[in-house]
Order: sequence, then structure tokens, then C-alpha cells
Amino acid sequence: MQFENEHLLPGQIGHFFVLLAFVASIVATISYFTAAKKTDLIEKRSWLNFARLAFITQLISAAIIFVTIFYICANHYFEYMYAYKHASKELEPKYLLACIWEGQEGSFLLWTIWHGILGVIIMIKSKNPVSSGWEAPVMSVISLAQCFLLMMLLGLYVGEVRLGSSPFTLTRNEIAGPIFSRPDYLTFIKDGVGLNVLLRNYWMVIHPPILFLGFASTIIPFAFAYAGIQTKRFGEWVTPALPWALLSACVLGVGIMMGGKWAYESLSFGGYWAWDPVENASLVPWLILVAGLHTMVIFKATGHSLKASYLFAFLSFIFILYSTFLTRTGILGDTSVHAFTDAGTAINVMILIFVAAFTLPSLGLLIANLKKIPVIQKEESTNSREFWMFIGSLVFFLTAIFIIAKTSVPVYNKIFGTQIAQPEDVELSYNKVVIMVAIIIGLLSAVTQYLKYKKTATGTFFKKIALPTFIAAAISISLAIFYPLTYYKAGAGYLGAAYIALFAAIFSVIANSMYIWTGLNGKLKSAGASIAHIGFALMLVGILISSSNKEVISSSRTNGININISGKDPLTKQTDNPLENLTLIRQVPAGMGPYQVTYLKDSFGNEKGRRFYELLFQRKDAVTNKLTEQFTLKPDVYIMKDNNMSSNPDTKSYLNKDVFTFISYAVSEKEEDTARFNIQEMAEGDTAFYSNGIIILNRVVKNPDNEKYHFKPTDAALMADITLIGKDSMHYKASPVIHIDAFGVNQIDDTVYAQNLYLKFAGVTDGQKIKLGIKESDKLISYVTLKAYVFPYINLVWLGLIIMALGIVMSAVKRAKLSTFYAALALIFAGVGLFYMFLLAN
Amino acid sequence: MIYLCPEILKMKKTHIFLLVGIAALIVTLIVFSAGDFSTYESIASAKNKQGTFVHLIAKLDKSEPIEYDAINNPNYLSFYAVDSLGGKTKVVFHNSKPTDLEKSERIVMKGTMKADHFECKDILLKCPSKYKDDKKQLEKTIADQPDSAY
Repeated sequence: MQFENEHLLPGQIGHFFVLLAFVASIVATISYFTAAKKTDLIEKRSWLNFARLAFITQLISAAIIFVTIFYICANHYFEYMYAYKHASKELEPKYLLACIWEGQEGSFLLWTIWHGILGVIIMIKSKNPVSSGWEAPVMSVISLAQCFLLMMLLGLYVGEVRLGSSPFTLTRNEIAGPIFSRPDYLTFIKDGVGLNVLLRNYWMVIHPPILFLGFASTIIPFAFAYAGIQTKRFGEWVTPALPWALLSACVLGVGIMMGGKWAYESLSFGGYWAWDPVENASLVPWLILVAGLHTMVIFKATGHSLKASYLFAFLSFIFILYSTFLTRTGILGDTSVHAFTDAGTAINVMILIFVAAFTLPSLGLLIANLKKIPVIQKEESTNSREFWMFIGSLVFFLTAIFIIAKTSVPVYNKIFGTQIAQPEDVELSYNKVVIMVAIIIGLLSAVTQYLKYKKTATGTFFKKIALPTFIAAAISISLAIFYPLTYYKAGAGYLGAAYIALFAAIFSVIANSMYIWTGLNGKLKSAGASIAHIGFALMLVGILISSSNKEVISSSRTNGININISGKDPLTKQTDNPLENLTLIRQVPAGMGPYQVTYLKDSFGNEKGRRFYELLFQRKDAVTNKLTEQFTLKPDVYIMKDNNMSSNPDTKSYLNKDVFTFISYAVSEKEEDTARFNIQEMAEGDTAFYSNGIIILNRVVKNPDNEKYHFKPTDAALMADITLIGKDSMHYKASPVIHIDAFGVNQIDDTVYAQNLYLKFAGVTDGQKIKLGIKESDKLISYVTLKAYVFPYINLVWLGLIIMALGIVMSAVKRAKLSTFYAALALIFAGVGLFYMFLLAN
Repeated sequence: MIYLCPEILKMKKTHIFLLVGIAALIVTLIVFSAGDFSTYESIASAKNKQGTFVHLIAKLDKSEPIEYDAINNPNYLSFYAVDSLGGKTKVVFHNSKPTDLEKSERIVMKGTMKADHFECKDILLKCPSKYKDDKKQLEKTIADQPDSAY
């Protein structure tokens, strides 16, 4: 059958380049591998040139695939499955990129492109690639990874099995439906399913590329470590690999926290970190990478820790692959809130082979060559810097193992058929271990720089460290007195640990700041490590304070409507008592922490089905009763095309705190109101009854000119001035109006939401009375249920991250021996970008 | 361990003690937290384990009413759940009602079984259309296109 109006050319072009890229990556792998093995320089050079050509072909093809997908999505060619699934017509153009990485194919493609770009940088940077260069062995690893990634995009049938899933499949081939039997089926597909609304956030445009650059960059230390073994230059690889490891740690760290910021801004779990498996899976490689870059620094300075450097360089990329396996194969099932899905058995098997293809050979090579890796026979002294750095790295590594072991529980369940589930308080089960790690790392990062490599004179060490210790202790004690941590729910032991961790983190901030002057004499160029440590420790301070002192202001207790559940600890104000929801009735103010909050109205957004709730937060001075603070938050609820509801929070950010709120329950549609007006005849001063109290007609005002109505003396309008007194003796005002103009009689009804009451000025009688329409309805009430939190000092988390990233960049540019111009450029670019993204763009 | 950190072999005893200490600390913590792992149970087996924190996988019993009145108490939801083994229990959740509860085809509930109800602390819904990659859902969506001739 000939289908009408299909645009098949872009798909054919795209598919051709998928095949070309795949073949080119195989050619590049084989050629680079051969080039690395050849000893004859002429042969080596010719293989190398051929490999470069293939690798560049592959990168260009991948870029063309990307552009083609973008073109298909931007033009809403819904005959393509990818556009149908991820794009839609109402989608704002800025989210088109997010469409591409929403799908599995798009994110693998992104990863491929980053590998390609990094590979080309390695080619450009490699001096003298034939005689001494690392290019051939390093690039053979990257090219092999490219083969696997591109295979995921193939979509070719081998017998019954489909190898990979192509981004260019046609909708009519993928899903069944009666409309596909018609040549004009496209006229029936009015719109695509569109991007998940949770992903319609500017972080989703920037976070995936950064995170995937982080993922992609971890292959480089891996590849260099492999090259070290392959070329039998066991120690030399560390020097070229170190700047890459630093860059990778920086980008991956920033990428992970961007994910946290996105979750904080657009998910309703109320925080930036939830120990979700998907988060853990990207944190683990980062921890190992950080451990690895410290052991690499130790090796460069002293010759120790080379084997550990190998192990960590291998494992950080292996765990990137393992995390891909965890998050993309659907094995996590019920344990993750992230809706990644089972992409089909064939893809799962391919991912598993991908993991195995890098894990087994690399660890196998390491074990086989273990004896050949040089080791320094003299042992480290306990007062040397390298000893404590190594301990720190080991703690990071063990933490990573702990986290991944816990995250992998669904994998054990699958293999052994067990039924182990998450503990009652998932976050606490991680936190209570990680807080110990925070203490150790805080202390180590504070003191270790004051030690010298090889051996330190104990006297000078204590002299130098005394002042920072004293300052940190003073700050911690004053914090404990004036701004105590209020995290009681995990018991006194945990709170004590939190205080020690807070001290350790503050100690690290102070000690590292002072080290720049006392240890480095203010030479900022060499201060990268100190600055990175300051940032990391500042982040710890922010995490400890913002999560310990997170306050639920929507709790029914603070509001006074106390619904008690028996058997609760009176100390636990928070999660143990899950009464975090508060219902706000429209236009009725309610107390929420220090604020008085009024649900003013709701409005619709650009997208169909998206509704914003306007909440006015006001804070009054307790004494003078003057308004001291006022802002409006607009959390929204979005009923998506697939009928799922998503609740998107809104946050008011101050320098020292965030007020965070989201809708936890809302009635989606206004139901039909069946109640009728009951007409009462009343004179001024008369009283009528309704089910919840009395209605008093104070007087009837002719042509009112007040806050609400502005009639001129020449108009013909009457307003009933009414007071309602509810059973709870609350007083309410109401003022329905009737007025006559050239077009006829108009009635302006008044509504008292708090009493479920509609009032209508229905008319006047002959004898000085008015007809008042009274309607009561239980359907009328307009309300919204929400949760609201205050996160104090959450900005320290983002500030700490930025400082850490800049510190790492400083170290990287120093290690890479960049010229001052490029170093400054890199720093300014990273600094301005991060500062804008995390702290200003809100 | 030998392969993990070969440096250990050549360290002084104090170093080894220190490392073993740290490792022991971490191992203790793992064991310590292993104790608070929970299990997946059926409604019937959970009833035999009253007071223990468990995970239930069940379905909403649509023949029973869902009780939730956000105006009177936004922190009280109750409904009935049934599982594939025929167990049935009342569930009380002191939180807001997840919007898609009625549409869910599977509910994972975390909490403890009490004498007359399951005291739920957390609910995870599996809705039929949660995943775009679900082809059946896409087929349904395409059939639901407005103005479709079918």
C-alpha cells in the first residue's frame, strides 16, 4: 500500500548513517588495535591514519544521526515512532533537545557523540603518536565502546532477534491499530505523545548532556590504564590520564548534582537526594573516580599506590557500565521512582555483554600483570601525606562498594529468587553509614594537606593545625547553641554523629582555606586541591544543615488542626508523623509555619491539562502586625496525555532558605452543581438561616462605590450588604449586586467558599424587601491539598558544588599544563556557567 | 583484599590495624543495616507477621469504597486491597490520596499489618500507562486520537 504524506527520506538518511557509523567504529577498533600492536613504525603510521579516518567518519555520522532525529522531532513527523513518542506540537522549541535524550536511543547517541568528541581531542593532543604516543591503545578502547553503543541503535534483524533499536522506525511498523490500514493514516495522528512533563524543565536540556559527558569521560582513565599495561609502560600512563580523571570527576560531579537540582525543582519528593538507585548508580563511579585521582596524585608524588590507581581507573568506568545495566534493563523494578523501562530482552543482553566485554578483560589483564606493576618497597610512614590520602581513597572506595551493594538488591533477588525489600527508612539506612564517611573524609581532607609527602615533622604539623581546629570548634559550638540541628527522628546517636560530621566539615572548610595562605603562601595557581576540598566540605555543611533542619510547615500540627495518631514520639515533629498535608480552602487563609497562606485562584498554563494554583504567602510581624514578607508560589498539577498526573513544585528562594511547596491532592474536574437557589424575602435587619449559621441583611446600598464595585450615581444598581455568622461564630462578609443597564438585568453573585454558600441578589419585592437567593452546595467548595517545606541554607549545597568544581578545574588545567590564557578561559567559562545555572537561573 | 590493596601487605602493623579497623567499621555497618532490610509478603503472610515492617504487592479492591475527604482530613486515606492469593485487607494511609489510585493496576505498599488493617507508610503505584514504551498503551493512545474514524 502507498501511504500518503509520509516523509521517508530523513529516516533513510538516518538509517544509512547508523550503519556507516557502526561499520566505521568496527574498522576504527580493529585498526587502532593493530596499530597499537605493530612495532614497525611505517606500518604503525599507516594503520593509525586509517583508524583516525574511520573514527572521524564515525563521529561525523553520529552527528548526522543526531541532526536527523532533531529534524524529525522539530517537524513533528509523527510517522516516525521517535517523534510520535517523544515530541508533540505544543512542546516549546527549547525542549526539543530534551525530546531526543528522553528516549533510550537518543541518550545512547549522546553518549556516542561525547566519546567521539573526546576521542578527537585525544588525537589532536597526542604528540608524536607513532613513536611514543598513547593514541593507538587508548583509542582502541574508546572505539570498542563506540561499537557497542552504536550497536544499540542498529535495529537490524538477525533471524528473529532485533539487534538494537533504531531511532528511525516507523510508527505504523511499531504499533498495531486499525488506522494504519488506511493510506491516509497520518491525518488521524493529530499529535505526538510528547515529552513527559517532569522533563519539561530547563535542567533537562542541560543535565543529560553534562551527565553523559561525565559518563563518557570516565572511559579515558580506563583507556589509559589499559594502555599502560598494553604498552608495558606501567607507570607512565598516570601523567596524561590525571588531567582527564580530574575533568571527569568535575563534570560527572556537576552532572549528578544537576540531576539533584532537577529532582528538587520538578519532582515532589521534597529534596535533592533520595538514595534512589538511579542516583546511586551515577554516584558510585564518581566516588571511585575521586578515590582514583587521589591515588594517581600519590603515585606521581611518591611512586606508591600504582596498583590501586589501576584498579580505580578500571572500576570507575566498569561501574558506569554497570549503572547503565541497572537503570536501562528494568531490573530495578519497583525500587526506583525513575521510569526507565525494560527495553526488551535483546537490548538487555546487549547491555550485559557490553558490561562483560569491558569488565573481564580489564580486570583479567590487571591480575595477569600484577607482578609486573612496579611497587616501592619502602613503606609509607603514618605521618606522611600519602598514607592518609590513601586511607581517604580507600574510604571513598568502600563507601562506593557499600552503596552499590545495597542498590543491587534487586539483582540478587533476580539471581537467587529471594524476596529482600528495601528497609523501612531507605534514606536513613544509607545516611547512617554515609554520615560516618562524612566524618572521616571531613577530618582527613582537613588535616592531610598539612602533612608533607614522605615524612612530616610532628611539631610543625600540630602548630599549623591548631588554629584551624580552634576556629572550627568555636564555629561548631556556637552553631550548636544558636542554630542547633533538629533531626531527632533517628535518635540521639545519629544526632551526635551529625554534629561531629558538621564539625568535621567546618574544620575542613577552615583548614583548607587557611592552608592556601599558611601552606601555599597564597599561590592560588597551586590551590586547586584546597579549593576543591573547601567546596566539597561546604557542600557537606549545606547537606547536613538543610536536611537536618528541613521543616514541614504544612503539618497539621503547626496549623493547629491537630489530628493525633497514638503512639508517636512527641519529639518527632516530622516524618514519623506523616501528617504533612494541609488542605487550603479557596480564599480562606490558613497558618503555615510563620506564614499565612491563602489559595487565591487557579489558572491554566500553555499546555492543555496543566493547572497552576496561586498561593499567596504572607508573613506578619508578631508585634506590629505589619506585613513583612509576601510572595506568591504557583505549584501546578498536570494531567498528561497518557492520563498520568504529575505534580510540579514551586520554590521561593532566599539567600538563606528555600520555601518549597507542591500540590499533593486536587480535584481534577469541577463536578456538576445540582443545588438550586432558595429565594428568601428579607428587609434590612432581617435574619435568615442556612445549615451552618445565620445570614443578616445589614442594609441595601444604592449604586455602591467601594473596593469591590464602582458604580456611578447615575447607574441603577443595588448591593445587599450581608454578614454571615457561622456556627463556629466566624463572621464573613458578602455583597451580591443587581444592576440594570441598557442590556438588561445583571446579577453579580457572591460566594463564601468557607461556608459553601452562594448568594444571589434575585430582585426586589413591592414592600421594601429584597429577594435573596441562597444556595448551599457540597460540590461548590474549591480547595487544594498541599505540602510545604522550608529548607534552610540549601544554597550552601550549590555554592559548595560550584567551588568544588572550580577547584578541580584549577587542578586539571595545572596538571594539563595549559597556558595561562586557556586556563583562565576554562575557569571563567566554568565559573560563570555554574554560578548562573545553580544560583541565578530560577 | 590482597588484590584490592596490595599496599596492605607491606605496611606496618599499626597501618594494618587502622585499615582493618575501618574495614571492620564498614562491615559492621553493613551487617547492622542488613538487619533493617524488609521482605515482600502476601497479605496472608503479613497477617502472620503483625507489627513487622513489610512490603505488600496487591491490587485495589474496586468493590469497596475508597475513603478520602481532603477537607476534613487530608491525612487519612483508607481503601481495601486484594492480592493474587486471595488475601484482602483494609489499608490506612496517613497521607494524601495518590491521584491515580483508582487507575492503578498494581500497588506496592510499605508498612505494618495491624489487627484490623494495614498501616501503610508509603505507596508506589504501577499504572498501566506509566511507561511510554508500553506498546499496548501506545496502541490505545493512537486509537483514542480525536476525530479518529474508528
